[in-house]
Amino acid sequence: MRDLPLTPLSRPRVASTGKTGSWRTFRPTINTEKCTRCLLCWIYCPEACIELDATNLPKVNYDYCKGCGICAHECPLKIIKMEREESA
Amino acid sequence: MGRLKGVSTMVTLKELTKEEHWLPGNATCAGCGAAIAIRLAQKALGPRTVFVVPACCTSVIQSPFPFTAFATPCLNIAFEAAAAAASGVVAAYEARGLKDVTVLAWAGDGGTVDIGIQALSGAAERGTNFLYVCYDNEAYGNTGFQRSGSSPYGSRTTTTPTGKKEHKKDVPMIMAAHGIPYVATACISYPLDFVSKLRKAKELVGTKYIQVLTPCSAGWRYSTERTIEMGRLAVQTGIWALFEIEHGKFRLSTPSAALVDRTKRRPVEEYLKEQGRFDQLTPKDVEEIKRWIDATWEKYKKLQLNV
Amino acid sequence: MAQVIVETGNRVAGLACKAARAQVIAAYPITPQTTVVEQVAELVEGGKMDAKYIRVESEHSAMAACIGAAVGGARTFTATSSHGLALMHEMLHWASAARLPIVMAVVNRAMGPPWNIWADFSDSLSQRDTGWLQFYCADNQEIFDTTIQAYKLCEDNRVFMPAMVCFEGFILSHTSMPVKIPDQKEIDDFLPPYNPPWLMDVDNPLTHGSIVYPEWYMEFRYFMYEAMENARRLIPEIDKEYGRRFGFEHGGHIEKYRCEDADLIILSMGTIGSEAKLAVDNLRKQGRKVGAARVRVFRPFPKEEIQNMAKNAQMLTIIDRQVSYGMEGPLHTEVKASLYSERDSPLTAGFIAGIGGRDVTLRDIEKMVDKSFRYLQAGKVAKEVEWVGLRE
Repeated sequence: MRDLPLTPLSRPRVASTGKTGSWRTFRPTINTEKCTRCLLCWIYCPEACIELDATNLPKVNYDYCKGCGICAHECPLKIIKMEREESA
Repeated sequence: MGRLKGVSTMVTLKELTKEEHWLPGNATCAGCGAAIAIRLAQKALGPRTVFVVPACCTSVIQSPFPFTAFATPCLNIAFEAAAAAASGVVAAYEARGLKDVTVLAWAGDGGTVDIGIQALSGAAERGTNFLYVCYDNEAYGNTGFQRSGSSPYGSRTTTTPTGKKEHKKDVPMIMAAHGIPYVATACISYPLDFVSKLRKAKELVGTKYIQVLTPCSAGWRYSTERTIEMGRLAVQTGIWALFEIEHGKFRLSTPSAALVDRTKRRPVEEYLKEQGRFDQLTPKDVEEIKRWIDATWEKYKKLQLNV
Repeated sequence: MAQVIVETGNRVAGLACKAARAQVIAAYPITPQTTVVEQVAELVEGGKMDAKYIRVESEHSAMAACIGAAVGGARTFTATSSHGLALMHEMLHWASAARLPIVMAVVNRAMGPPWNIWADFSDSLSQRDTGWLQFYCADNQEIFDTTIQAYKLCEDNRVFMPAMVCFEGFILSHTSMPVKIPDQKEIDDFLPPYNPPWLMDVDNPLTHGSIVYPEWYMEFRYFMYEAMENARRLIPEIDKEYGRRFGFEHGGHIEKYRCEDADLIILSMGTIGSEAKLAVDNLRKQGRKVGAARVRVFRPFPKEEIQNMAKNAQMLTIIDRQVSYGMEGPLHTEVKASLYSERDSPLTAGFIAGIGGRDVTLRDIEKMVDKSFRYLQAGKVAKEVEWVGLRE
């Protein structure tokens, strides 16, 4: 227990709760060919798990995506599809 | 997007930082509106921001010890004490001559409108130089959705199972009555409006209060993907108005400005029928909600015309 | 330059806060603490003290603000009494578990209803489980010295716990006594700048106080327990060091007076302890071998000193200025608990006195001692808890 801090101080870390991707029932897939980089999916993701590449193309980090579907619902071109996860 | 009337700083999504100080893999419900608000606040204010967080959803969604989703410092504090603890942090930084750190009290509606209102009022009356953001999911979300003073009329919560019989407490106006330099309302469905207001507030000295509507799928009872849609409907029906009161001057924000004309407001039924928390409203309840919206907008109209 | 002043206990507390170089004070007025905060306000607004004074809107907010200020990197101070302390209760727990070395003057006052502004220990003793160190002063010099010592102790990295410096309302708070204020440079030498245990620091972002599951929580509480034990060891050391440097020490955990050969020792706290010394002198003149032990530190409770002192005494007369309803005076209980493991313990007679500011006189103490001696002769204590001076 001596490696504990003197009082509960938590350190910033990705996956602070774990690989929350395991929570989801549906997963978003983005049609990258049609994407116009409006950035709405990125800004509206509650999990901050849509990453932008150098050209601002969004990419879902499936380790953490909880499958809420906001990105698909808000995409103005409707090019994000929510697909049921295959059972393991 | 484009130019937003009444907000001086022009912001675009592209120029918002790609850096994340809200880290994925945390304990939010899927589709959490509060988390969207945290991300927007961090992008607006930058990493030299200390969050002071009373008991609320944010206390839990940040994840349990030993890790945290906050990559900005976060002081958790007791439910009613956010503004008081923040006052202390501000005073310490002032005593130490630390100038470029923003102290941000980040509280739910419970810790603001009800149990937290004394400390908030005290801090505002003292002209404490800090930013206070109330992210409003219209109930005590953390503990399973009991009513708060911010819950709207007719909404079902676990302590108002037949619907709340009182209207929403108007805390933005209460804060404006303190004569503080800046009061604003916002909504995560209008992200650039929220970001602009945060940035404007940051540059002002004194107490700045922003109340941001953060729809909650678990509590409002709608399917998780519709969080942003619910916020949009709230603004479009006029049940939640976006405005600023800067040095006492009231100004509706662009998404709400046209709605002084009641024909431009979408019928509130379009908002109410989408949420399980309103599924037991009687026609009389709906009439009462409409009456309240109309009466509120009459007030806004008068305030806007004084501009 | 050291100077001798004649001042009330409250103003001395304010001057101690200044001498300790507190950087943020957040406090709310309440009788009989009020002149502490008025003194602070005068010092800050008069430019005599370089600090921020937050005129908070309640005592709960006062402690919350002190917590915020401490983690913002400032040395903090506050003061309160009675209902103010009670209102702060939640945040007392917060401060100690957050391991923040906040020092607070508690001007002891009875709890209501009914309203009673006079002294007893019901306010501070009801908070004895909150993880705060508790000191009880008997004169204004001790108020000054203990405040400085408290910062030194609390900011020690083996401690990092908050402390209350308690003193009785009106009896000390509003009574002027001569107090020697040491030279500021020497105080600075004894008490270096604030050493924060942890900080809200944008260059090292951490989160404090999020949920801790049962798998982890107990260890943090154990660390607080250890810190109290460390404080127990350090208290007499710091008192002695202070005495060496400044010429005043106050007995460490317990101020003992003529106890070495005493058959009966009067145990008490605060100013009753001073009065007990006079009683001892009178009784000694009458041939009674009596001593007085003023418990200066209630938390951590000085178990060992009690055990040592009790070795040669036959009877302990314990005077409590508080009662824990459903049991007895807290001092009485804790003394008995300290002695339970000892083979031969003295008898103990508990007296409840001075509640709601009722005066505890020399005569009252002598009567308590008389009674105790009669119990001793009889070989048993007929009445374990007796309320002193009630109306017929």
